[in-house]
Order: sequence, then C-alpha cells, then structure tokens
Amino acid sequence: MTKQRFILLALLLAMLAFVAAGCGGDDDEEGAGDGDTTAETTTAEEEESVSGSINVLAVWTGAEGEAFQAVLDGFTEANPDVEVKYQSATDPATVLSTSVEGGNPPDVAALPSPGIMADFAGRGALTPLDFARETIEENYAEGWLTAGSVKDELYGVFFKGVNKSTVWYNVEQFEAAGVEPPEDWETFLSNAETLAASGTPAYSIGGADGWTLTDLFENIYLRSAGPEMYDQLATHEIPWTDESVTNALTEMAKVLGDTDNIAGGTSGALQTDFPTSVTQVFADPPKAAQVIEGDFVAGVISAETQAEPETGFNVYPFPAIDGDDEGAVVGAGDVVVMFKDSPAARALIEYLATPEAQEIWAERGGFTAPNQNVDASVYPDEVTRGAAEGLGGADFRFDLSDLQPAAFGSDAMFSLLQDFLRNPDDVEGTAQALEAAAASAYGG
Amino acid sequence: MPLAFLLPAAFFLGVWVVYPTFATMWRSLFSDRGDRFVGLDNYERMFTDEAVQTAIKNNVLWVLVIPAGVTAVGLVFAVLTEKVRWAVAFKIAVFIPLAVSLFAVGVIWRIMYQEDPERGAVNAAIVGVQGIVGERGVLSSAQPSTDALTGTPQGGLTLQDAVEPGDVALLGLTAIRADEIPEDGVDAVQPEPLQGGITGVVWRDFKPGGGNPGEVESEETGLAGVTVELRAGESGNAIESTMTGEDGSFAFEEVEAGEYRVAIGSETFAEPFEGFSWLGQSLITPAIMIAYIWVSAGFAMVIIAAGLSAIPRDTLEAARTDGATEFQVFRRITVPLLAPVLTVVFVTQIIACLKIFDLVLAIAPGSSRNDATLLAFEMWRRSFSGQNLYGLGSAISTFLLLLFIPFLIVNVRRFRAEAK
Repeated sequence: MTKQRFILLALLLAMLAFVAAGCGGDDDEEGAGDGDTTAETTTAEEEESVSGSINVLAVWTGAEGEAFQAVLDGFTEANPDVEVKYQSATDPATVLSTSVEGGNPPDVAALPSPGIMADFAGRGALTPLDFARETIEENYAEGWLTAGSVKDELYGVFFKGVNKSTVWYNVEQFEAAGVEPPEDWETFLSNAETLAASGTPAYSIGGADGWTLTDLFENIYLRSAGPEMYDQLATHEIPWTDESVTNALTEMAKVLGDTDNIAGGTSGALQTDFPTSVTQVFADPPKAAQVIEGDFVAGVISAETQAEPETGFNVYPFPAIDGDDEGAVVGAGDVVVMFKDSPAARALIEYLATPEAQEIWAERGGFTAPNQNVDASVYPDEVTRGAAEGLGGADFRFDLSDLQPAAFGSDAMFSLLQDFLRNPDDVEGTAQALEAAAASAYGG
Repeated sequence: MPLAFLLPAAFFLGVWVVYPTFATMWRSLFSDRGDRFVGLDNYERMFTDEAVQTAIKNNVLWVLVIPAGVTAVGLVFAVLTEKVRWAVAFKIAVFIPLAVSLFAVGVIWRIMYQEDPERGAVNAAIVGVQGIVGERGVLSSAQPSTDALTGTPQGGLTLQDAVEPGDVALLGLTAIRADEIPEDGVDAVQPEPLQGGITGVVWRDFKPGGGNPGEVESEETGLAGVTVELRAGESGNAIESTMTGEDGSFAFEEVEAGEYRVAIGSETFAEPFEGFSWLGQSLITPAIMIAYIWVSAGFAMVIIAAGLSAIPRDTLEAARTDGATEFQVFRRITVPLLAPVLTVVFVTQIIACLKIFDLVLAIAPGSSRNDATLLAFEMWRRSFSGQNLYGLGSAISTFLLLLFIPFLIVNVRRFRAEAK
C-alpha cells in the first residue's frame, strides 16, 4: 500500500516538473531576446569566441542524421565553447509550427521547402540572414538566393540540394528495346513507343505521391516556357490559365495519356508511391523501363534493389523540349533558417554556408551540394558529381511547387495533378482548377 | 475537504482538456495567422470547402454504417462463441486487433490492399480463387504491330484484307510481355505460298530498335501455340482453326476457292482478373471501413459477451420449454435483454468513428485522400500537415465538438441512470 502511494506521489511530482519545464520555456526565450542587442555589437569583432548552447532541428535521421552530425561536429571543433543539440523530426513543418505557436522554437532549423520558410517568415518567426549575405553570395548561384528570400529579404540558406531533372532507366530494358538515352523530347516520346513495342512499359509513375507529378510538370514547363515565364508563374504573376501552362500540360498528357505505357496503367500509377515507382523499374521482371525523378532515386536503387550502376541502372538528364534549353535544371533543397538570434546561431549559419561544411557530407555520399564552390572531386561517384554540376548553373530554377503557399504547393496542386493523371484529356479544366486553387491560396 | 481530493484531477483536466477546448473555440474566430479577428469567416470557409464537404458526407456514411455494422458483427461473434468449442481461443483471435495501434492496423491494411496481386494479400486471395476459373492466354498483353490487323485483343484480332487460297497471311504482334516471349524461340520465317491453301505466320514483330513493322525480319521470334482461325469472308463464321508451329507458321491446306479472313481468337489474349482497386477513389471508404470493423469487432464482442453471460438462463430455458425456436429465443428474449449493452456499444462506436483519423492517414494513398477524408483528418490536414491554416482547423475542431455533444449527453445520462 505504501509502495503504491509512493509511486503515485512520484508520478504526480514528475508531471508537475514537466508542466513547470513547459512554462520555463518562455523565460528562455526572453533571455534569448535580451541577448539580441549584445549579439549585434559583438559578432563582428569577436567571431572566434562565440559560446552558448543552441538547438538544431532537421529532417535527417539514420545515415543522413549521422552525416549531419559529422557536419555539426566540424562546427563544434572550431567553436569548442558552443554546445549544439541536434534533434531530428520526420515532419519538421508540424513540429515547428506547433513550437512556434507555443513560443519555444529551436534556434536553427532546416526546412524541407522554402514555402514553409515563407509561412514562418510571414508570421514573423524568422530572423533575416543579412549578416551572412556576403558568404552566401560568394558561394551560391543566383537561383538559390532568390529561393531563400521572402519579399527581397534573405531568410534562408540552402544546405542540401537536389537535382530533379534526371531520368533513371533500366539498362537491360533499354538494350532489349534498342533505344539510347534521348536528348530531346521527340526522341524521348518515340523511345517510349519503342519500349512499349518491346513489351516493357516506358514509364513508372509514383502518382500516389503528388509531388512526383509536380516535378514532372515543372521540368516540362521550365523547358517549354523558358526560365523567365517559370519565374513569373512561380510568383503567380501570370495565371495558371496562361497558354504556356496549357501547352506544358498538353506535353505532359503525352506521357500521362499513354496509359498502356505506364506500369499498372492509370489506376496502378495512382496507387504507386515514390519508392515503389523506383523499385518496380529494377525488379525482376521489371514493370517499366524508366522513372523520372531527382538524384535521390540513386539512394532508393542502391538501398532496395540489386541493380548495379551502369550495367543495371543509369541516368540521363531530362530531355530538352525547345532546343535552346539544355542545362535547364529544376532543383530543390533543404533550407536552413534562424528562429532565435544569438551569436552562436549566427556562427552556425555562416558555417553551414561554407564549402568546407558541405564537403564533410558530400564525401560521405548521398549529398548534392548547392554551394558552387564545393570541390567536385569530393563526390564519391560520377552520378552525384554530374547532378551537382547542374545545380550551380544559370538555368537552375527552384522547384516551383515548393515556392507556393503550402495549401496550394503541397496539397491542392498535388491532388489536381493526380486528377489530371486520372483524366489527361482535360487540359483546360486542369488549368482552370489550378488557377482557382492558386488564387485562393495567394488571396487567403 | 472532500473537494480537495478533486484538485489534482481538476488541475490536469483544466490544463489538458478544458483550457485547450475553449482556446480552440476562441482561436476559430481568428485568421490563420492569429493576428486578425475574423468572426465567423472560418466557419463560412469550412462549409464552402469541397474537401470539408466530402468529409462531412463521409462522416455521415460512417455513422450510418459503422455502429450498426460493428454491433451486428460483435453480436454474432458473441452469440457464436457461446456455442463453439475453443471459445476462448476464438475470442482472443477476434480481440487481438484491438491491442494493435490503429496506425499500425492502417499500415497493415494498406499493404494488404495493394492492387498488384503479387503485393496485396486481399487481391492475391481473390485472384487465387478466381484463377481456378479463368485462364491466362498465351499472349495476354499483345498488340497488333500494324493497322493490317484490326479489332481489339479483347475481341480477337482479324487481318483487315481478305485472303484467298495461295495467299500468305502475316500476323505481326508487339508489346509482348517479357515473360511471354518464348525463351528458346525460333526466328520467324515468312512461309512459302501454298497451292490451294492459305499459309501464314504469327510472330513478334519487334527487334531491338523497333525494326520495320509488318515485315518478317531476322531476329524476330515466331510465336508458337497461338490459335489461328480461318473465317468465311462473308459471314465471318469460323471454318477451321489451327495452331502455330515453333517458328510461328501455320497452314490451312485444301481450302476451296473464295475469300476468307484470318484471325487470332480472343482467348489468346485473355488477361487474367487482376484484382480490385481497393485504394482507388471508389473503394477507398469501404476499404477503410472494413479495416475499422476488423479492429472493433473484438471490442463489441467482449462487451456483448459479458452482457450475454448476465442474462438469466432460466428465462431462456422457460422460452425453450414453451416451444420457442432458437431464432425466436434470440430475437424475442436475448436481444431485448441485451438492449442496454447494445446501446453502449452503439453509442461508443458513434463517438469512435467521428474521431477516426489515423486509419485514413495510413491507408489512403495521396491520390485518394480527398475521397477518403473525414472531419478529424481534415482538421489535422488543414492545421498541421504544413498548411498552417489554424483558423480553419480550429473551426473544424469546434464543429466536430458540437457533433460529439449529443452523444456525450446520451452517454452521461445513461451512466447516471445506471448509477441509480
């Protein structure tokens, strides 16, 4: 009986302590606020001697988590007085939006998309990174700075990049059908016919995840309409009912409407998630010959299939549509932002923008650096090296859906393009529905 | 003094239930960013939002189907377990799903519902049973290589031009699945014309690079074992049929003069039944409901079985002695006596299915979430999935709370009545 009472009491105390800790969070934040004023005066001269403790939140776990920890260790080696606590969250947007609402965000966080960054910036939760502007301009192509800014104010620096303009194919199937990786869109489409005649569907589409469809659209749009139009559409200066959009959708329908040529047909594609869309290309027997997605496909192939590079799988850049669009690359990345200003947080942001920090991870593989000054020789293989080169180029454009307000770019746009996959004949209707959804997301 | 004992409980209830409830209601009157008072605007947005409308429709459907379904299944199990041997083992088997977290249940069913029978257990079972009846043709996915062949694989392919004795019929096919190409196939050869007969070849009209459609070329494989029909030119009635040889060639000898048509019958292209699209738009809601019933049947069974064992045996015996059939006993004695217990199960299930969230998240693929959505799911999606529409999300929560209240009142009243 006494033992039971003791346990109850202990529980009660533990809960009270928990509540108290929760309330204490506010005090911490005030403390950080006080630190602000001193920070501005000290960082410039005394950069070497920053100290304190900062929390970092990002999406990376497992092997990626270890790699990021190695990057952070590089920082603490140079700044031994700073303690960096890394926390991973599979859904950082959710964790952060609740912690911001609760007034207790981490100091620094890596967000999976600039759209989420814009949401937080709009709520006044972020601190601009003007102190690091010089370092960032030195190391990044223009497209990355634009993507990291909200209303001309620089809020984010990209740490991990993705090249989304790649097509991954099953080498044996291409050989059996007698086709070569295409350089232009016409060859791409005629290859698809030949692949179908050989008995293997040309396309594997992960339509259960809407983002695979937005990536396909963006690649086609960037090439058919050009980078300038792309920028205008990204900021909704031109409507989605614009002719350039319907043209791109018409091209896209040539892929989505070729239903016999999609693994599993339309209904199969709608239920195929991204990892399956990759593995089924390299299964035995393969269900399709190629999958259109970014450089991260390589990770899925090596983790979940037996295919070997070059003999089993290979990659080619998304084919040119207009002729003069070679090198046009759609990319994305994780953007590092600062929620709480402190000298230590500032030093960490500057550090993450340097080539040295990114090389630590690049060496370990599975990482494409957005930083153009990263030494290409550190990449462990040819495939990532090629993907990384595209990210520094002038025709690099950031993933359009990631730049939209979340209600459009990661919800309505997904489901509308999934509807389009269901019914690829409805180009006009799709454009109108996209415009309606974009208008309401931008208006609200 | 007695009130003091309530303090700890009241404190925690206050912090974690009462305060959040009112804060959410208050929040629903503000804009998504919380910086502007917008009155009832969020409620207007909510009722004009298409996804929320689907969610409301689906929630109504759930409330109509699930409580009745779960109670019925639970009742059947409870009554049956009274009569079978190994009743305890049976009860444990039915009860176990309740011990699994709903999200895990969702993941399990998501995998079982996969459309490809090689991956999804449900379709594998259906195809397994169906496979005994239906049979796959030798070339289930083939397509004609040129316009010379008309028709669809499902209805059989016919050579467009009529043939006469002495002609050679070329039946080229493409898009043949890798596992249906004869492995040790022989190169197709264009047969010689035959005096007074019709010869021809069925072959895979494809070689790496495509080749020339319609021409029999080297490296192109003959298709063996395909049934070829000779049909009368006028009526289209089949006159004769034959099977292709190893190199894909066939011959109809001693054919009377006249016009004929050569065709490959539809049985060659028979595609086996590939299973239902459980996770597609039309079946997703029933599919999630089945998963939910699978989980909840155990709960209903246990509660109802407890109620059953409390029924006075002598009443049942008396009815039987008076000559009532088993069904009459069940219908007139057992069910009325069980009524209070059945109500408990029913009302609990109404409340439970109003708050379903995890099953939708885990089972529905992104492409059918808009069709499977429920209010609780929509509330999460608007507020937390990165959309950050907190105003709209709070409005949906508040609406959901209003829906709960009548059932909560019913439940509380019943508890009070029982206490007396």
